Amino acid sequence: MTTAGSAIDPTRAGFGRRVLTFVHRHRSLQLLLLLAPPVGWFGVVYLGSLAILFVAAFWYLDPLTSAIRHDLTLRNFGLLVSSPVYRTIALRTVGIAALVTVTDILLALPVAYYMARAAGRRMRGLLFVLILLPLWSSYLVRVYAWRVILSPGGPLDWAFQQVGIQGVVLYPSDIAIWIVFSYIWLPYMILPMYAGFERIPRSLFEASADLGARGRSTFRRVALPLATPAIVAGSIFTFSLTLGDYITPGLVSRSQFIGNVVYTSQGVSGNVPFAAAFATVPVIVMAAYLLAARRLGAFEAL
Amino acid sequence: MSRRLLGLAATGVLVFLYLPIATIALYAFNADRSQTWPITSFTTHWFGDALGNEAVRSALILSLEAALAATAVALILGSLAAFAVHRFRFFGRESLSFVLLLPIALPGIVTGMALNATFNTVHVPFSAWTIIVGHATFCVVVVYNNLLARLRRSSASLEEASMDLGANTLQTFRHVTLPMVGTALLAGALLAFALSFDEVIVTTFTAGTQQTLPIWILANLQLPNQRPIVNVVAVLVILLSAIPVYAAQRLSSDSGGLTDRG
Repeated sequence: MTTAGSAIDPTRAGFGRRVLTFVHRHRSLQLLLLLAPPVGWFGVVYLGSLAILFVAAFWYLDPLTSAIRHDLTLRNFGLLVSSPVYRTIALRTVGIAALVTVTDILLALPVAYYMARAAGRRMRGLLFVLILLPLWSSYLVRVYAWRVILSPGGPLDWAFQQVGIQGVVLYPSDIAIWIVFSYIWLPYMILPMYAGFERIPRSLFEASADLGARGRSTFRRVALPLATPAIVAGSIFTFSLTLGDYITPGLVSRSQFIGNVVYTSQGVSGNVPFAAAFATVPVIVMAAYLLAARRLGAFEAL
Repeated sequence: MSRRLLGLAATGVLVFLYLPIATIALYAFNADRSQTWPITSFTTHWFGDALGNEAVRSALILSLEAALAATAVALILGSLAAFAVHRFRFFGRESLSFVLLLPIALPGIVTGMALNATFNTVHVPFSAWTIIVGHATFCVVVVYNNLLARLRRSSASLEEASMDLGANTLQTFRHVTLPMVGTALLAGALLAFALSFDEVIVTTFTAGTQQTLPIWILANLQLPNQRPIVNVVAVLVILLSAIPVYAAQRLSSDSGGLTDRG
């Protein structure tokens, strides 16, 4: 901080300094300058795109000409509600997303708690890197790795045979989807959960111990409630990432997910209106989820 | 006792996290084109094949370009939004976090389709820029959250002291604020980069016929002939990413001085 005085050359700084002083004195101008780029980007690029998609859900594909008609109609939604096939797909997707979220919470708890409370400084840093690294390695390769592991003749099949288990087919199957999703999104749960545990002041743990609570009840009655917003924050990722994925189901199972139907309708059949209509299902589910998450303070914990 | 059990469970989860990566790393040296276990003979010659592959190289370059540009945009937009929310009260302040979170909270396929519909409606041809626009949109929140969390934890009195001692806005920012939040920005940038480099769902809607590394992998992973090269590319990606993550971790643990952690 010793160079602070010479950071701005006084001979050149006349205009720049006047601008700075002006901006410094006018807080609303500062706010405008700060907000204009992000709000502009999200307002135009993102919310604008979502609006176009939303409107497209009320268009329809002319069955005779295969052209998209821009008259507003509810027929896509009618098809969604009346067809048991799409209802099953929607329920399967939401169900597996919920199952994956619960699995990831259970798997993340010991790691996150160990990192925040039991590990030393060096160990904590090492674990942090070890959990961050899989996030960096290609998502697809990790799905592919599981495909190799689960497929007949692969390592798991081999291990099963060594212990005398025969005829378990995990690939392709819905169990494979559950394993792979839980695996892929696990770091997204561990990191916010760790941050949540780490934020809890040490004194609360000491107080809990002073009052006679053992490790287990301190965890259940002090740490867990205080880390709940962080856990909910992590669940936003695990739940949403599962809801919107179409790659994993396509690679490790023969089941249809919302994402598969949306992708095929949009890409293969060119039925953008129906794809847009079906895509509103995860949006509505996530909107409800996010509102609930906000009530639980998850946004503060992200 | 309980601590040992916790350590054991944590170790188990870590093994689960690394087993598939280790498996693929082993398969990268598999001399046999088939993927049956156990591997009987090993070779390094797939590495040469992968590095000599033109499609792999150009996909890698496109991925790096897209990730770097998306991270840059995310750093700017995310920082501006974080400073605005931290320093000011304004109409819609509460909603801003919500809107920034939407691209990552909403399923990727929704963001992808929405951008795809827009590019088609406004007749924007697919290019590296359409990929970058998509990636930057969902990367902003990562930078924003990291920075905002750090700003909330650091004390405002240091900045006030700097101003009281006669430093102007720019000097205070450069010599007080920036060192205070630097590691948070770096962490945010790393996560943003990771998010972009890894992304495949939004990209399938914004890339047109271009191939990023994940899209190259997706196109080739079903082809039995290409499996050895896919395995090698996987290992290279893991190795290439380990270095910056490790460096960033070292950086952020060295400078804890100006924040009130612990």
